[in-house]
Amino acid sequence: MIEVRNLSKSFGEVVAVDNISFNVARGEVLGFLGPNAAGKSTTMRMITGFLPPTSGTAIIGGHDILKESLKARNLMGYLPENAPVYGEMTVSSFLDFCAEIRGFSGRNKVQRKNEVIEKCFLKEVKHQPIDTLSKGYKQRVCFAQSIIHDPPYLIMDEPTDGLDPNQKHEVRTMIKEMSKEKTIILSTHILEEVEAVCTRAIIIAKGKIVADDTPDGLKARSPLHGTYRARVSLTPQSGEDRLNALKESDGVKDVEVLARRETQLDVRIYPAGQLSANDILGILTNAHMEIESFSVEEGRLDKVFRMITT
Amino acid sequence: MNRAWRNIKAIIAKELKGYFGSPVAYVFTIIFLLLSGFLTFSVSHFYEAGQADLRAFFIWLPWIFLFLVPAVAMRLWAEERRSGTLELILTLPIRLPEIILGKFLAAWLFISMGIALTFPLVITVAYLGNPDMGAIIAAYFGAFLMAGAYLSIGALTSSLTRNQVISFIVSVVICLFFVLAGWAPVTGALRGWAPLWLVNIISGFSFMTHFVTLARGVIDLRDVVYFFSVMGFMLFANAVVLQNRRAV
Repeated sequence: MIEVRNLSKSFGEVVAVDNISFNVARGEVLGFLGPNAAGKSTTMRMITGFLPPTSGTAIIGGHDILKESLKARNLMGYLPENAPVYGEMTVSSFLDFCAEIRGFSGRNKVQRKNEVIEKCFLKEVKHQPIDTLSKGYKQRVCFAQSIIHDPPYLIMDEPTDGLDPNQKHEVRTMIKEMSKEKTIILSTHILEEVEAVCTRAIIIAKGKIVADDTPDGLKARSPLHGTYRARVSLTPQSGEDRLNALKESDGVKDVEVLARRETQLDVRIYPAGQLSANDILGILTNAHMEIESFSVEEGRLDKVFRMITT
Repeated sequence: MNRAWRNIKAIIAKELKGYFGSPVAYVFTIIFLLLSGFLTFSVSHFYEAGQADLRAFFIWLPWIFLFLVPAVAMRLWAEERRSGTLELILTLPIRLPEIILGKFLAAWLFISMGIALTFPLVITVAYLGNPDMGAIIAAYFGAFLMAGAYLSIGALTSSLTRNQVISFIVSVVICLFFVLAGWAPVTGALRGWAPLWLVNIISGFSFMTHFVTLARGVIDLRDVVYFFSVMGFMLFANAVVLQNRRAV
C-alpha cells in the first residue's frame, strides 16, 4: 500500500502541490491525470524521494520516505519523466549498473539483466551505446531499469511518451500483466490509456485533487452519459414529420440533430427517465425511423476532463 | 559496510565508462602530457639546467592543474542535473555520500592515471643522471594529493549549477585564490603591509605552500593533512549542497 499524506510542495511563492492525500492498494493501477503543471510529476518526485516535500509525507509499504528513505526506495521502481539514462553506457552495462545498485550480483545479476532485456525487447540493441538509440528504445531502457528488481511498487511518469502505437500497446500490456501482483501509479495525458490500463483515476489541477474515481465513474459524470446516438435514414419528404414525431414521443426528453444529410440523419436522444436501449429502439421504430446504427453513449473522458479542470 | 563499498565501486565503474566513452578522457590526457612535456623541456630548459631532478616538471603542475582539473570536474554533477539522470540516481537505493565518494574517486583515479603517464620523464632523468628517487616519489605523491584538492573544489562548483561552463569558471577562480595565496610574488607583496602572522595564515591556506615542500621531496605530515582537509571540507560541502536541494 502506498499512503500519500497531506503532501505539499511550494517553490518559493508558487504552490505546486497543495495538501494531497490518497491511498493506493495492491492490484490497483492508479492513473494521474491533469493539465500540464498541475503537480503530477512533482507529486511523483516526492513519493520517490527525489524532491523533499514542503510538508506531509508518503509511506511506501510501511516505510516513510522521509524517515526510512533507503528501505522505501528499495521497494520502488521509478520511471522518471523524459526517461533519463546514462547515454555513454551501452544498454547492457547500464542495466548491469542498475542491477548492481539494486543489490544483485554474480550469476543472479546477469540472469535478471537478460530477463529484463528480453521482456523489454532490447535484445538487438544490447551492446549499443544508449545515446545512439531512438526515443522509443531509450524509453524502454529506462522502463527496464524500473522493473529489473521486480519491485512491488511502480511509479511511472508518462510511460508511453514518445512511443509509436505498437510500442504503446506492448507497454500497456506489460503494465496490465504486472498490475496483478503490484501497486502501480502512472501519470499520463493519453485518456485512452486511462481506459485501457487504469483501475482508478485521480485528476489533479493546480496542485489539488479534483476527482478520484474509476474511469467508468468519471465517464458517468458526463452530461451525455446515458444518451443514445442513432443514425437513421429517411426520405426528404418524410424527414421533418418523423423527426417531430420522435420529439413528441413518450419517453423522449429531447432530440438533438448532430448531422443532417440527404438521406441520413444523425441524432442524439435524451431519454426522459430510466429507459433501456430496447425502449429507445422501440420508440425509434414507432416513429417510422429506419435505423442504420445505434449506440449507447457512455460519456467521453476528454469532455469530462475538460469539464472538471476548466 | 560491504554494501556501501560495492555501491561505490559500481559508481566508479560507471563514471570511468563515461569518461572513456567520450572524447573528454583522451583530450584531457593528451593535452596534459603535451603541455607538461613542453613546459618541462622547452620552457624550463630541463636539459640545459643539467639537474638530476624533476623540479622543472613539478613546478608547473599547480598551473596546469588550475585549468585541466576543473575541466574534468565540471561535468561531475552539472551533467547529471542537465540530462535528468540526477533524478534517476537519487531515487535508486544508494546513499548520497556513496554517490559523492564514488564520483570523486573515479575522477581522482582518472587524473592520477594521467599523472602516472608522465613516467617517461622519470625514466629519462634516471637514465641521464642519478636523481634522488625518494624525492621524486614524494613529489608525485604531492601531485596526486594536490590534484585531489583541486578536484574536490571542482566537484563542489559542479554541484551548484547545471551549466558546465559556470562550474569551470567559478572553480578556476576559487583554485586561483588557493594557489596565489602562497605564490612568492603575492606573499612578497603582502609582507609589505601585513603583519607576518597574517601572511603566514594566508599562505598556509595555499596549495602552493604545501605542494612546494612535497615537491622538494619532504613528506611533512602537515602538508598531507592540509590536502586531505581541503578535500574533506569540499566533499562535505558538496553533500550539503545536494542534500539541501529544494528544487530539481
